[in-house]
Amino acid sequence: MTELNTDNSLVRVSGVDKVFKRGSEEIHVLGGLDLEIPNGEFLALMGPSGSGKSTLLNLVGGLDRPSEGTVEVGGKRIDKLSERRLAAWRARHVGLVFQFYNLMPVLSAQKNVELPLLLTRLSASERKKRAAIALDIVGLSHRAGHYPRQLSGGEQQRTGIARAIVTDPTLLLCDEPTGDLDRKAGDEILDLLQALNKEQGKTIIMVTHDIHAAARATRTLYLNKGQLSTSPVD
Amino acid sequence: MFNWLSQIFAVTSFSMRSLPQRKGSSLAAMVGITGVVAVMVGVLSIAQGVLRTMESSVGDVNAIVLRSGSDSEMMSGLGGEDVRIIAEAPGVARNDNGAVASPELFVIINLPMRSTGTDANVPMRGVQSQAISVRENFQMVEGRMFEWGLNELIVGTGARQQFAGLEIGSTIEVSQEQWPVVGVFEAGGGLAESEIWVDAAVLQSAYRRGNSFQSVYAKLSSYDAFEEFRDSLTSDPRLNVKPMREVDYYAAQSTTVYNMITGLGTIIAVIMGLGAVFGALNTMYTAVSARNREIATLRALGFRSGPVVISVLSESLLLALAGGLLGAGLAWLAFDGFRAATLNWSSFSAITFSFDVNASLLIQGIVFAMIIGLVGGLFPAIRAARQPVAQALREL
Repeated sequence: MTELNTDNSLVRVSGVDKVFKRGSEEIHVLGGLDLEIPNGEFLALMGPSGSGKSTLLNLVGGLDRPSEGTVEVGGKRIDKLSERRLAAWRARHVGLVFQFYNLMPVLSAQKNVELPLLLTRLSASERKKRAAIALDIVGLSHRAGHYPRQLSGGEQQRTGIARAIVTDPTLLLCDEPTGDLDRKAGDEILDLLQALNKEQGKTIIMVTHDIHAAARATRTLYLNKGQLSTSPVD
Repeated sequence: MFNWLSQIFAVTSFSMRSLPQRKGSSLAAMVGITGVVAVMVGVLSIAQGVLRTMESSVGDVNAIVLRSGSDSEMMSGLGGEDVRIIAEAPGVARNDNGAVASPELFVIINLPMRSTGTDANVPMRGVQSQAISVRENFQMVEGRMFEWGLNELIVGTGARQQFAGLEIGSTIEVSQEQWPVVGVFEAGGGLAESEIWVDAAVLQSAYRRGNSFQSVYAKLSSYDAFEEFRDSLTSDPRLNVKPMREVDYYAAQSTTVYNMITGLGTIIAVIMGLGAVFGALNTMYTAVSARNREIATLRALGFRSGPVVISVLSESLLLALAGGLLGAGLAWLAFDGFRAATLNWSSFSAITFSFDVNASLLIQGIVFAMIIGLVGGLFPAIRAARQPVAQALREL
């Protein structure tokens, strides 16, 4: 797997349409959308429900393919990769943070964080070491042996973030990372994301409904009716 | 390859570790497969038991001679002169008492079954003294041998167990005369254990058969001596007989019963198996549905579809294996050695036999369970693997 070119724009989305089919009905979610995200940016994507925020996030993360247009990450077109290559690309370059954490209930926090490393050739001891570092970064070393049911919502999300950064991905994609948390826990998560962006230079795209969360980002874009704008549409 | 194997191991391990969370539906599928395997092995063990009984009756170097055109002793008839010529034929082994050949008479009497009280056709065989030399595994186990020339009888262990009134000391009515039971014999688990034996001469008299018999059982001097024995009898113008190796005769005798029970058992197993497949399908669709978030997340993280398919199939096969082992074990505990009687369609008489749950049947049962598991897991596995990741994540 080659390293990505991060010299200029890390993400370049050009003329992207996304159409979903529901029976005979076609739903146009994104229409001719263009977006460039420079390396090291913390971008917040806002917009009403159904505006296509998560769809755009999925396209950039290689979880979905556009109906038209191209998606380049680090100079590499990902919209034409085979499922197999796309899966390997995601494992190497994308860290995913979900609204509902999506942790494996049968695994401890440590083992959950190690999960993406199973897709690498690292030895078991190296995996354990890297997972411990990731847990330390998110401040959860003392809870490494606990299972998700034994962790609070905030702790589960921090475990999710540790899992997302453990492979040192190029891109961190967060879909409503504070959507299931109270204000205090949400703020802690946002502090963490901000630190990852500022101190470790991680490029972050965060989908959110929360204006306070968006305020932590370096740039906010608004998605409405399949188009991006720099200000909210009334 | 290493990466792929480690993915399989990891995803399958999550699947197995989360099984307790789905124990209700998993147990239901497993119990369904247990029932199918237990019934299948149970029914097929009847056919195996009948086959074993027939095979146990066979002496390697033995031959049987019937009248030409007869398929069973019931349809055969041989005169006194015929049996004398047969006994003197080349190839027949000899001992101190002369040729080891036993002319025998075969009649059917009615006796009630112990289990149901209904009448069954019980085979009664009239024998001469060489009958015991022909059947090497014959052994008296209780009482004594009948007195030659008297209305006494001995009974096989199978016959005593299945039919009423055959205890030593009791009497049964045969041809309007009372015959006391004086002994019980074994015959290596063979067909003779279903029979009642009496002196052939007394039976001839009771049934007004003159000096006629129905078969001659002969021990030959060697396995290869059969060719000479057969050629000698079939070329003798005084005889019109059909010599057969005993092994061939019993194979033909058991074919109808064996095929009927095996066919019936297979039909029952297939019908029940179909039901179990739907049970397994339902369970695995439920399992996949319950693991939807887990599967979608793993695939989003970069795990490939193949390991997901294998993990779902592994779970299904594990449940099937557990069900199969349990079913096979239950069948073995419940049926192996269980004695019963069925009708031998060739002689229209009852054969007693033991259900035979052997290793081959147990393996068949477990393989059948695995097929159920494979079919039941395949479609849910494919569905889990084919669902687009983004769509699966949206449905969480």
